[in-house]
Amino acid sequence: MIRFVVKRPFVNRLVLAAALALALPAAQAVEVVAAVAANFAAAMTRLEPAFEQASGHQLTVVLGSSGKLAAQIQQGAPFDVLLSADQERPMALERAGVGVAASRFTYAVGRVTLWSPDPQAISDGPAYLRAAPFRHLAIANPVVAPYGAAAQQAMEKLGTWDGVQDRIVRGEDIGQVYAMVASRAADAGFVALSAVIAGPKPGSRWVVPADLHTPLRQDAILVTRARANPAAQAFLDFLKTPAAGEVIAALGYDLP
Amino acid sequence: MTNFDAGPVWLTLHLAAVTVSLLLLVGTPLAWWLAHTRTRLKPLIEAVTALPLVLPPTVIGFYLLVLFAPGAPLGAAWLGLTGHTLAFSFSGLVLASMLYSLPFVVQPLQGAFEAVGRGPLEAAAVLGARPLDAFFTVASPLALRGYVTAAVLGFAHTLGEFGVVLMVGGNIPGRTRVVSIAIYEHVETLNFAAAHVLAAGLLMFSFAVLVLVYALNRRYPVHAA
Repeated sequence: MIRFVVKRPFVNRLVLAAALALALPAAQAVEVVAAVAANFAAAMTRLEPAFEQASGHQLTVVLGSSGKLAAQIQQGAPFDVLLSADQERPMALERAGVGVAASRFTYAVGRVTLWSPDPQAISDGPAYLRAAPFRHLAIANPVVAPYGAAAQQAMEKLGTWDGVQDRIVRGEDIGQVYAMVASRAADAGFVALSAVIAGPKPGSRWVVPADLHTPLRQDAILVTRARANPAAQAFLDFLKTPAAGEVIAALGYDLP
Repeated sequence: MTNFDAGPVWLTLHLAAVTVSLLLLVGTPLAWWLAHTRTRLKPLIEAVTALPLVLPPTVIGFYLLVLFAPGAPLGAAWLGLTGHTLAFSFSGLVLASMLYSLPFVVQPLQGAFEAVGRGPLEAAAVLGARPLDAFFTVASPLALRGYVTAAVLGFAHTLGEFGVVLMVGGNIPGRTRVVSIAIYEHVETLNFAAAHVLAAGLLMFSFAVLVLVYALNRRYPVHAA
């Protein structure tokens, strides 16, 4: 039989090292985990280094559809703040006591655009939707993604929804819609304007006029579990600074 | 249980049935060949066959999304042949599921054919049976247990498919919204009641299927000859 002979000092040192490893981040409490609606992905890649540099805190970003992220937070996901693509979900978290009521604010107003990687495809958006020269038109699932709901509203207002309904394919979030169109599996799609501005393919696009859908007021909220996390509050404060606003506006968002 | 939508359930069963039928057709010669070949390439082909077991569904989903696009060779050929695109279509899901469930069908078949061995076939040949004749009257009845296992596992595995469908399906009611996708959407919209109904159904069905496979394995022990 083999026996592992372990010297006590070694064990002690190991325990000490483990304790230190666990305690260090906790003592400084510098990490904030942000659950971010997929449309804001491009903005976050620019805001993240700026925030980390300005504050010294560490920011971890988790992307997804607002619906999924809010559901995960309700079930106790370890997120400190939610940057939703709408107001309803942060409000729901607030009502459920999972979000801190006073912390909720609008950080951006989203713009949705009809987009195709083909530079010639879209010159006049409404005409394109009426002529419908596509096999598949991708939108985010309106049930879970506010950008998808906005796309549907806009098409309903234009009276083109019924004509294209059987050719609509639904992405799980606005990021997947972008991938569907960028891979050309779908001919065109309604994506976040920010994704096209930040993306490698300008293609052709038609920015949906803001009055064709309910404004995409995007609210952020502090999750109750992170009330004592200074980095979480610092990040929400950072979003309100003119420097952050500049980055957000440059990606096509309206500012509140 | 008010306004329970059975659409995804039927679609999923339909998809699994079509997928398994086609896989048994394609898988039989492949498994037969793998069971009897002496080529040095065998480990290579076996590895390719087993790849879907270990690859993340996102890898398969990503490649298929790219391959299915109307501009890609496969997508274009399919479009020219049928007039429909592979991406976001039921046919596309069938193809994706066939790839995804391939090892679950081929491996039990290959095992069964190997268990039958050459003996019964050689005996049949001596008695004057032609190869195809010998396959249908001797080898495949002896490999019946392998067929049942392959069909049941392939069916069950296709029911449980999620990641690939999420990426190439497009969540279209009646065409690509399968049960796993419907569950996902119910959870995201906090409709836990509906999610529970579908999830419990899938759980019980999958359990029943596995009990069936293990019960069969016990009743008809390993070597069939």
